[in-house]
Amino acid sequence: MMDYIRLDEWDLVLAGLLLFVNGALSLALRLDLERRLAIAAVRMVVQLLAVGFVLKALFESASPWLTGLAALAMILIAGREIVARQDRRLTGWWAYGLGVGCMALAAVVVTLFALTTQIQAEPWYDPRFALPILGMVLGNTMTGISLGLDTLTTGITRERSSIEAQLSLGATRLQALRPVSRLALRTALMPTINAMAAAGVVSLPGMMTGQILSGVDPLEATKYQILVMFLIAGGTALGAVLAVQGAVYRLSDPRHRLRTERLTG
Amino acid sequence: MLQLEKLDVPGLQPVTLTLEDGVCVAVQGRSGSGKSRLLRAIADLDPHGGRALLDGVDCAAMPAPDWRAQVTYLATDAGWWLSSVGAHFCHWDEIAAMLSPLGLAAECRDWPVARLSTGERQRLALLRALSIGPRVLLLDEPTSGLDQEATAAVERLLEAQRAQGLAMIWVTHDGDQAARVGKRLMQLRDGALVRP
Repeated sequence: MMDYIRLDEWDLVLAGLLLFVNGALSLALRLDLERRLAIAAVRMVVQLLAVGFVLKALFESASPWLTGLAALAMILIAGREIVARQDRRLTGWWAYGLGVGCMALAAVVVTLFALTTQIQAEPWYDPRFALPILGMVLGNTMTGISLGLDTLTTGITRERSSIEAQLSLGATRLQALRPVSRLALRTALMPTINAMAAAGVVSLPGMMTGQILSGVDPLEATKYQILVMFLIAGGTALGAVLAVQGAVYRLSDPRHRLRTERLTG
Repeated sequence: MLQLEKLDVPGLQPVTLTLEDGVCVAVQGRSGSGKSRLLRAIADLDPHGGRALLDGVDCAAMPAPDWRAQVTYLATDAGWWLSSVGAHFCHWDEIAAMLSPLGLAAECRDWPVARLSTGERQRLALLRALSIGPRVLLLDEPTSGLDQEATAAVERLLEAQRAQGLAMIWVTHDGDQAARVGKRLMQLRDGALVRP
């Protein structure tokens, strides 16, 4: 590892002064944003400090149970986010269950794969590796699943007459729903594909930047970033396919009928 | 022969009906009386109780797609899911001869669906349903968007199909049309399918 420059509190205070520029702009241009800006800045500092302390405690304890608990909390919070981002949700516990189940399965499988084969930390569940990787995979899988489910449910609502026209002519439910489920999966995977295509050219990914700032050799940081990109792509694809396919089955029945009453709104 | 045995549709009284091959039953009823619901249940597009049988074979005993390919529902505003007209037809040749009698251009096969008028869509959706060779056609206001001339052409076409054995349940608001096309007239009144 190369040199790593520690920041002290005054460095942060100095950087925080930049927010006063934003505040002054908001006042001068009457954007009415100064209050929200202040609240958001305070939230950011408090949340990040809290996470910093929690991670520090977790890393020191290195307990598999506490690591598992933290992972569970992350999964549940991400699951709530998936549900909140749907215009039309599945009714009942399906709204939460399908999104969370598919996301958890995909993210956990991919994270375990990385921890046990590529990273090989000792012990394998070492929270210093497990939690950041799970977090990155989870965040992207969450976005993919929520985009996929939202595209599917709005597509089914909008295309109802064409789906039922196909069913009426003897199509199976998978055939009739293929155009919308294909669009849903394309939409789910697009951010990941764009991120891979733009990585390094248009954007320097956050994790790689962070590693470089903390003194890691750029080539080593690049290798980590490539690994994470692959994990994210795998997790998102797996999660989105499971969730969209699950929703296709839930919104139809074994008699190949469309069951839009299983959507809210 | 289509038989409905106490077909239980939500909001309607159980329906019992026998429809022989080559017979058209015209069904009338006020808006919201459940005409579409009845047709959809017969096509097994909505959950229902009771039994529907085609030549003695229970709908529940065959895969739903097979049932619907024989007992085919045609919605008033049947949807389209591909960009070109022809892509929606597996057997274009079988309906090519019917285009001109319905006032449709022979070259419409290559047209984008977006170019079609409401009436053209409705007539082509009818041909699309006929092209899969159903035994029973469940027609939900098949001429609602058509002028008199096109309506007469559709009636002539379906009469020819009926003469070849096609059975039909034809839902219409138009009392004169019901009298012209229906060998039997039925009405949905207060949730019951009755003779007028």
